[in-house]
Amino acid sequence: MADSGFEARIEQALEDEALRRNFASALGAFAARRRSVFADADALERLRTQAAAIRDRALARLPELLEELESRLTANGIRVHWAETAAVGNRLVLEILEAHGVRRVVKGKSMVSEEMHLNAFLARHGIETVETDLGEFIIQLAGETPSHIIVPAVHKNRAQIAKLFREKIPGAPYTEEVTELNAIARHTLREQFREAGAGLSGVNFAVAETGTLCLVENEGNGRMCTGVPPLHIAVMGIEKVIERLEDLPPLLRLLTGSATGQRVTTYVNLISGPRRGGEPDGPREVHLVLLDNGRSAVFADPERRATLRCIRCGCCLNHCPVYARIGGHAYGTTYPGPIGKVLTPQLLGIDRAGELPFASTLCGACEEVCPVKIPLAQLLRRLRAEAVRGPAAEGKSRAAPGAAPLERLAWRAWGQAVKRPGVYRALLAGGRWLGGLLPPVGPLERWLRAHAEPRFSQRNLRRLLRKKGIPDA
Amino acid sequence: MPEPRARERILARLRAAPRDIPPRPETAALPAAAPAPEAAAALEAALTAMRAEVHRLPRGRWAEELRERLSGRGLSELIYRPGAPWAPEIEKAWAQAAEAAPRLLAWEGDIEGFRERLFSAAAGITAAAAAAADPGVLLLRPGPEEPRLLSLVPPAHVVLVPAERIHPTLEDALAAGSFAPPLPANLVLVSGPSKTADIELTLAFGVHGPRELLVFILE
Repeated sequence: MADSGFEARIEQALEDEALRRNFASALGAFAARRRSVFADADALERLRTQAAAIRDRALARLPELLEELESRLTANGIRVHWAETAAVGNRLVLEILEAHGVRRVVKGKSMVSEEMHLNAFLARHGIETVETDLGEFIIQLAGETPSHIIVPAVHKNRAQIAKLFREKIPGAPYTEEVTELNAIARHTLREQFREAGAGLSGVNFAVAETGTLCLVENEGNGRMCTGVPPLHIAVMGIEKVIERLEDLPPLLRLLTGSATGQRVTTYVNLISGPRRGGEPDGPREVHLVLLDNGRSAVFADPERRATLRCIRCGCCLNHCPVYARIGGHAYGTTYPGPIGKVLTPQLLGIDRAGELPFASTLCGACEEVCPVKIPLAQLLRRLRAEAVRGPAAEGKSRAAPGAAPLERLAWRAWGQAVKRPGVYRALLAGGRWLGGLLPPVGPLERWLRAHAEPRFSQRNLRRLLRKKGIPDA
Repeated sequence: MPEPRARERILARLRAAPRDIPPRPETAALPAAAPAPEAAAALEAALTAMRAEVHRLPRGRWAEELRERLSGRGLSELIYRPGAPWAPEIEKAWAQAAEAAPRLLAWEGDIEGFRERLFSAAAGITAAAAAAADPGVLLLRPGPEEPRLLSLVPPAHVVLVPAERIHPTLEDALAAGSFAPPLPANLVLVSGPSKTADIELTLAFGVHGPRELLVFILE
């Protein structure tokens, strides 16, 4: 595996005290709010079971539902486009914008557009994209990428944001008052909403039965982007479709409760078409780009397919001990945290992102809170195995080709030692006497960078048992 | 458009995968919701918790009461759509307007000719097509008589909610018939004023949508 700089980024993140403080306080608050909104554990469990079943059934019928969605949307006047790759998706968005002569677009939060690197692509073709979600607006000013799926600027504190606004927004005063910072953003973006030639957005759920795009938000910027400009283009991954309108309320409850600990967001925007006859406002045209970008390959394997249940609530990030310490940027990928560690190697290939599943303690907290019960720990283990042995060798012999030579040697030596009581006892004795003297080189040196030195006990289990008068088994 | 066969290729890959189709999931029992008569009180509590301001008005003279409650708040004008079914009552009440009441301003024509007015207005008024006590949302159904931006662009949004349209749960409200397919071009659930917590998770109101949500339940 080529060095991707992952370890260097982890070390850099761990040394950044401000960053660790910012994450620790935010994630703790999210977890507490989630607990309070889901106070009834049994009710939560029933809701999770139902939501997982809704998503599972929708995925099992995915090709049929996508066709139904397309035909309902088309009947509603929304134009549907299909893209196998991010490059094609970007090209489709560009062509629609160019056909309308649009030079500047306002954009609501969309992780799929981050996955496509849509903003940078449009910029290369002379189209300016203005991020309007406050968090996204902040990181766009800073020239950064989101560090969290739900709160993209969670890594920044108010002093950092105050400085950024002062430097990047003409006429903005320096203020650390959150209300004033919000007012600056509101004022700056109002004109953009009023004048933009098009709005871009993501999609939280698409309802096949009714041909409806559902967008969930608190700020109102999403409604602005999809309601004020004459043209609205939405991008969504093909897995986001659900079967019926009645599936929406339970998913909404889980999404907002898991994401931000809210009973409901300020706005749930259900879009089933462009401006209709007699309506005084709303976009004249609405387009939807359906993006595959590796999802159909994930879909091919029934075990991996569970990954596609994800509703992007970010709850697994909030509860991950690794994410809480290294933050979102260290992963170097669009989707950070547990879901990112599982999804990214599947979308990009295990050869390109195979190190991600190892950045986990396998504590299983992510799986325990996941609103759609994605077996994250199990998928992490499977992807680890594939990273070491190659995708085809799942479940094969221990010393498979691909394992590090030193690791194979160690396991073989251990295998020999435990078969010979004399050798085994000698090893234990050696460990007691020499364990503290191991030179910190090679793998041990790496281990000791992040862990306390292991101490060998002076009394082993066999000796303790003998003392209690229990004979060797 | 490039890749005319992208659709067929994506669908073919999905169809080639092994699939067992599970039955439709059963609906999980919801936490007990307030029965219909108490739904209005439950809605009021939920909306108030989300920092909306809730008033109750007697059906008989609601428009006059509304005018009085909106007076003296520093709202310079109130935009309404003349085609709305309740518009004549408002016009009548405002005809005898006190000075402190916001000036009533009609949204005529399409947004293209009204954009500047809308973006500088203090308040807009719409009605809710339905409401749900749990989780505390108003369902707005924009259409010819109710522009979608009227509930979004002005800093204050005034909503009329006839009490009989309040349902115990969102599931009930959606199932109540008026939202059966085909859905309106836009349907919006609103639970309070616009807000964000993107800076240090500190809650702030009115970031892009209305700062104030003034709900008037007509009894």
